[in-house]
Formats: sequence, structure tokens, C-alpha cells
Amino acid sequence: MRGVALRKTVMKPLIRATSLLFSVLFAGVSFAQHEGHDHAASDTTHVHEVVIPTADVHDGHPNEATGEAHDAHGVAKFNPGEMIMGHVGDEHGWHLWGHTSLPLPILVYNTQRGFSAFSSAHFDHGHKTHGGYMLHEGKLVATDAADGTDAHHATENEALTKATWDLSITKNVLAMLVSVVLMLMIFLSVAAAYKKRGTSAPKGLQSFIEPIILFVRDDVAKANIGPKYERFMPFLLTVFFFILINNLMGLIPIFPFGANVSGSISVTFTLAAITFVLTLINGNRHYWGHILAMPGVPKPVLLILTPVEILGVFLRPAILMIRLFANITAGHIIVLSFFSLIFIFGEINAGLGWGVSIFSLVFTIFMSMMELLVAFIQAFVFTFLSAMYLGSAIEEPHHH
Amino acid sequence: MLIQFSFGLIFWMTVSFLAVLFILKKFAWKPILGVLSERERTIEDALSEAKKAREEIAAMNARNEDLMRQAREEREVLLKEARDIRDKEIGEAKAKAKAEAEALLSRARVDIQNEKNAAITEMKNQVAELSILVAEQVLREKLADNAAQQSLVDKVMNEAELRKS
Repeated sequence: MRGVALRKTVMKPLIRATSLLFSVLFAGVSFAQHEGHDHAASDTTHVHEVVIPTADVHDGHPNEATGEAHDAHGVAKFNPGEMIMGHVGDEHGWHLWGHTSLPLPILVYNTQRGFSAFSSAHFDHGHKTHGGYMLHEGKLVATDAADGTDAHHATENEALTKATWDLSITKNVLAMLVSVVLMLMIFLSVAAAYKKRGTSAPKGLQSFIEPIILFVRDDVAKANIGPKYERFMPFLLTVFFFILINNLMGLIPIFPFGANVSGSISVTFTLAAITFVLTLINGNRHYWGHILAMPGVPKPVLLILTPVEILGVFLRPAILMIRLFANITAGHIIVLSFFSLIFIFGEINAGLGWGVSIFSLVFTIFMSMMELLVAFIQAFVFTFLSAMYLGSAIEEPHHH
Repeated sequence: MLIQFSFGLIFWMTVSFLAVLFILKKFAWKPILGVLSERERTIEDALSEAKKAREEIAAMNARNEDLMRQAREEREVLLKEARDIRDKEIGEAKAKAKAEAEALLSRARVDIQNEKNAAITEMKNQVAELSILVAEQVLREKLADNAAQQSLVDKVMNEAELRKS
């Protein structure tokens, strides 16, 4: 019995570590791919920017969201890299269909200029300057050019850009706010159902949510944190459902869903940072003792071990951040790539495009199913590891 | 572009996530988890109560059986006692009746003896009287005329003479 228990305690972290390694490795692969795409994409953009200045501004601009660029003859050319990056990344404005985008509010604070707010429509998809700002490769930068100047000719005021804090409601911010509203609606109504029905059996949405809450409580919080789990339940539940809802929302390709919120590094960074801060705040003497000077280890070994442990403190949230980001982004990219195939082949031959579309559709459906699974798994993994880190931070010394 | 830490997004994310966390903590997670643990407690209570009730019923059954057994035993004892008492009483009654009968019989025997004695005595008396009466009648008959009387006197005289001599 003892042997089995021991093997279990040893095997579990081993399996975890292996899966962690794999996910990091795969994340690395998908990174490399994106980088390649990205460079190719921006290169072509530059080529077009050189070619088109004299053409009709409205029709001639490379549209990041549709990935449509026009060559000198005005024939639309599909650029899958740009299309995918446009959908996966963040934008000041939400591309809906064709050339139609939903303008979003630009909120900027500049330590020298103060606060300014205006619609992103003024930027005209990044082609014009407004209020002393313009978009440079999707990024808000300061400029001294007058309003309405062609952004491709305006020069960036780099000193002022450094003093600029872009607080705009971008596509991802808006999508995240939608998810937040959705979350509040779901869980406040579920809470109301609980208040109304008391301890009687759950019903409707309540009965859908309850097993998940119980799962997070019993298999994530209790299993990893132990008897003091209750303190962390609100955080773990919120993180779990936040990631899950954003993952699922990202799979629905219709406005106001389809943004890549949980696959945005800023979002995963914030979530991981909160876990990190909670670990630091709650870490007890036992936890810090093990990190700074592992008991029972000879002094010379500590010289190596302590830096590694300290590195580990930062690496753990970093891995949390990267895993979620990479998994969700990769899923989006794969689905979009299958879609791109239709248009790539369609450009060669319309019939070929239709033919490929069947396979693309099948693959996209298959991938979406996979993503549905991934949505749950990643929400679970993030919450589970957060709980594990919190559990190790508050763990009391064992009395052997 | 893909790995771009955007200040705005981090800012909004932090603000909205913390807001959601606190709103849900206060208005959703607390009541939901409260109800869940309360429900679990009630279920556990109900289960333990059911178990207790079952045990109680079992105990009661055992007690009932015990009582039944005791009652049965008691009944046996009572019946036995009753039987004993009955037997004893019947025996006593029999003995008493026998004694009484005995007494009656002896008294009757005494009475009969007495009666018999009295009757015998009376019969003796009556026989004596009758014999006197018969003797008187016979004498009267025999001595009705003087001659007869004379002869008798003579005879008696003779006899008396004879005896004297």
C-alpha cells in the first residue's frame, strides 16, 4: 500500500511536468510559425504601401482584417497571414464583414498632452492621423501631423509616443467586457436561483453550472489546497469561468464573439500575474523557507538550488501565461488556416476553391470540436495549476 | 504583433477582472457555495438521520422481540402457576370433600347405630309388653270360669307344695 501511494505521489508531478514540457515545446513551435507568418505578412504590406499611394484610398488599402490587399491593377489578392493575424490579434476597431468595421473608442492618456478620447473611425483603418495620434502597424503612436494627414506620410514623434498610454477600448477589450457582462448575467442569475430555490435540487442553467462549480471545488481547490481551500474559491471559480467563457466565445465567429481574448498574451499575463501576486501574498514561512533555503540540503548545493527555486517562482506564472496564450491562439490560427485554404485555392480556380471548401469545412468542424475540448481543458489546467501553486504557498510543514 | 503586451488591454483586464471577481465573490460565489455546502450538510444529516432511524427501528425490533419473549416466558410462568394453584386447590377441595364425606359418613354411622340401639330397645320393650299382653289375654281366657281358677290354684298350690317339700 505504501509503495503504491509513494508511486502515486511521485508519478503525478512527473506526469504534470511532462505535459508542461510538451505544452511549452508545442507553444514554441506555434510561436515560430507565427513569427514566420508575421514577417511575411508585414513584408507584403510594405510592398503594397509603396505601390498604392496614388490609388483610391478606400479601396486600395490593405485591410488587416480581411487580409485583402489590392495590387496595382486593383485586383484583390488574398493574404492569409494578414487575415489570420488580423483576426487573432488586437485592433482599434472591430472588423465585421467585407470593408465594414465597427469603430471603437480611442482613449489615450499622454503625460504631456493629457487625456483624449475619440472614435477609431477618425483613423480610417490606420490611414489618417487624428488628435495628434495615428496607428502604426496597429499600434497607437503620437505624431505632430495635423488631423486627417495621410498616416503613411506622417512622422512619429517618438518622445511623445513614450509618454502615451493607450487605454483604448480595442477589439479584445470590448470582447472581454462582453464576456464580463455575460459572466455577471449568468452567475448572478444562477445565484438568484440558488437564493430562491435554497437547498432543493438545481434546475435549468443552475444544474448546468453546478457540476462545474463542484468540480472546481472538489477536484481543483480541495485536492490541491487542502482544508483552507475556501479562501481561494472565489478566485479559482472566477478564473475558471473567465477563461472558459472567453475560450468558448472565441470559437463563435460572429460579432461580438470571435475575438481572441484568452489567446491574448496581455490577458493571460494579467491572469497569471494575479495568481503570482496571490501566491506571494499568501506564501507562509514554510513556503519561503523552502525556496530560499531548502531544509536538509547542504550549504554549497543551496548556492545552486536557491537561484533555481527563485527562478521557479517567476517561471511558474510565466508558464501559466504562455500555455493558455499559445493553446488558444494556436487553435484560432489552425481554424483560420483551414478557412484560408478555401480562398487560396479559390484564387487559383473557383472550382478548386469550392472543392477544397468541403475538406476545409470538415477540418474546421473537427478542429472546432477539438477547440471545444481545449477550451475546457485549458480553463481547467490554468485553474488547477493556480490552485496547486496557491496550495504549495499555504502548505503547512508536515510533521513526520 | 502576436506577442505584444498592450498596456490598455492589461489595464482593462485587471480592472474588469478584479471587478468581476469582487462582484461575483459577494453576490454569486458566496451564496452559491453557501447553498451547496448547506445542501450537502442537509443531505448528510438526512442520511445520518435515516441511518439512526434504521438503527432505532432495529433496536426497537430487538426490544420488541425481547419483550415478546419476556411476555411469553411470563405467560408460561403464570400459566404454570395457575395450573399449580388449580391443581393444589382441586387437591385441597378433594381432600376437604373427602374429609367432610368421611365425617358425614361416620356421623351417619353413629346415628344409625344409635337409632338401631333405640329401635332394638323399643322393640324389646314392645315385645315385653306384647308378651305381657298375650300372657294376660291367655290367662284371662284360661281362667274365665271358677273351676278352671280352682284347678289352677290347686295346681299352683300343688306345685308350691311340691317345692316346699
